Amino acid sequence: MDILSHYNYWVAIFLMMTGFYVVIASGNLVKKLIGLNVFQASVFILYISAGVVDKGVPPILKEGASILYSNPLPHVLILTAIVVGVGTTALGLALAIRIKEAYGSVEEDDIHAQEED
Amino acid sequence: MATIEQLAIFQITIPLIVAPLVFLLKNGNRAWFLTLVTSVAMMWVASQLLVHVLSVGEFVTQIGGWAAPWGIEYRVDTVNAFVLLIVSGMSSIVLMFARQSVNQEIESNKRSLFYTSWLLCLTGLLGVTITGDAFNVFVFLEISSLSSYVLIAMGRDRRALTSSFQYLVMGTIGATFILIGIGFLFIVTGTLNMADISERLSDTSQTRTVRTAFAFIIVGIGLKLAMFPLHLWLPNAYAYAPSVASAFLAATATKVALYMLLRFIYTVFGFEFSFDLPLSETLVILSSAAILVGSVVAIFQDNLKRLLAYSSVAQIGYMLLGVSLATQAGLSAALLHVFNHAVIKGGLFLVLGCFVFRFGTASLKLLSGKGTQMPWTFAAFIAGGLSLIGVPLTTGFVSKWQLVTAALDIGWWPVALVVLAGSILAIVYVWRAVEVLYFRPVSDDSQIVKEAPLELLLPTWLLIGANIYFGINTELSIGVADVAAHWLMTGTR
Repeated sequence: MDILSHYNYWVAIFLMMTGFYVVIASGNLVKKLIGLNVFQASVFILYISAGVVDKGVPPILKEGASILYSNPLPHVLILTAIVVGVGTTALGLALAIRIKEAYGSVEEDDIHAQEED
Repeated sequence: MATIEQLAIFQITIPLIVAPLVFLLKNGNRAWFLTLVTSVAMMWVASQLLVHVLSVGEFVTQIGGWAAPWGIEYRVDTVNAFVLLIVSGMSSIVLMFARQSVNQEIESNKRSLFYTSWLLCLTGLLGVTITGDAFNVFVFLEISSLSSYVLIAMGRDRRALTSSFQYLVMGTIGATFILIGIGFLFIVTGTLNMADISERLSDTSQTRTVRTAFAFIIVGIGLKLAMFPLHLWLPNAYAYAPSVASAFLAATATKVALYMLLRFIYTVFGFEFSFDLPLSETLVILSSAAILVGSVVAIFQDNLKRLLAYSSVAQIGYMLLGVSLATQAGLSAALLHVFNHAVIKGGLFLVLGCFVFRFGTASLKLLSGKGTQMPWTFAAFIAGGLSLIGVPLTTGFVSKWQLVTAALDIGWWPVALVVLAGSILAIVYVWRAVEVLYFRPVSDDSQIVKEAPLELLLPTWLLIGANIYFGINTELSIGVADVAAHWLMTGTR
């Protein structure tokens, strides 16, 4: 079955849309950041999926004539992307704390109401 | 004497290494000095690179001696050497202005952090420009973005925090879109080196995966570029950031994003693939809308920084309009406007920095009638405003002239009308600001201020003067833009 054999991509698409929806629809800044994280995680899965080689083994060097390895490059790339994601989340949360101090709320509606004045 | 290949690596390594040292200094003035020296050194390096590529030709530096496509390579040609010089040059000039302005606007214990973020942002911007590796672009982009969120959040107004947060969310979505696009390219070609991708794409480019990659990358860069209608983060971010951060980001960040767009359209995907898709039609509609909507909204702004920010949205429209023509003349006009707009907007944001330095506000209502108290600053505002409108003998005129000629060359006269309409709207918003600053009665007489100190006026007038200089002597700017456009179109000098 073609659709099932690509289930990992379906998972990625589902996560991507879920995360994207949360970022747009949620008015709570922390929830927005969670959505952003889910969104980014879907891309990580997309990359890792692309690195899989059929019947390939994890890319750890072994003695032996011809072993088929999975492609390690996407793993390395995603390690970098994860670090970037952690940095973004940390900065976002730090900003959320400062916003809470300045406005007394992390709800977008409350903040907008205060900015109107 | 370092070879030219080593110099290319210095563009990234030196600001990256100096950034933590600046943080260790603690003392704001010393941190400022070290940052300024580093930035000026990078400007010198960038000018050496530009001179080298103009006289000898493009060259490649392989990092750590690892051959491409396995290793990461820096590829310097006329286009990115030009952008490197714009970025490091604008950073240096704005930094000359920064010391007093930062001392006033930012608490003393945060100043060295501010300069650290500045250098990291500079590293990221230079890195995006110089690298020849698609994934490396993403990494450097995130370095520059994360540090620019910090720069913006340091503004005095609490709205700086919310606008920085909004920019963080939209910027991260944009960067992730770019990451998805690069992922698809990697899936199709199995490589991340730009030159290598473009070579391998020529066989397989007509597949849905490549088109999807293209769409994701264009939209992702569009978010970073503040391409209409993805510009929503920009006005607030520029309005509430510290004055010098607004000037720095307005003059460099969007320019680097535009460079990225050109690099992907022309070098990675290739001219034929990109313009086979309805890219030209999309860009011409979006950029015309950007020019008209951005300019109209700018008319109704009370905060002068917001006014300039909306005008930036319109000016980005002019650049994209040049790209949308899909001719060499159009591309050259776009690249020329990258340089000219950096000079115009950098200069005008520094003028506002002077006003904020003396009056503590950029609100037109509060500044009413006070332009006369700071004659030199006010004169700079008028000169910069004329350039924004596109009056002859200013850079703004040169840009628009090139753009309109390029459009008429291929018979796109409605584009010329849009440019004209944009200029008329610019007259309205600039005149409105001048009228309020100069002719309106002073709202309260209590606050009498002196002219801005020389340390602020000099860099401001340096940029405003450059506006006039490059409006009269166009040999250098148009010359380089033409060579760069030719390089992008044909891959030869």
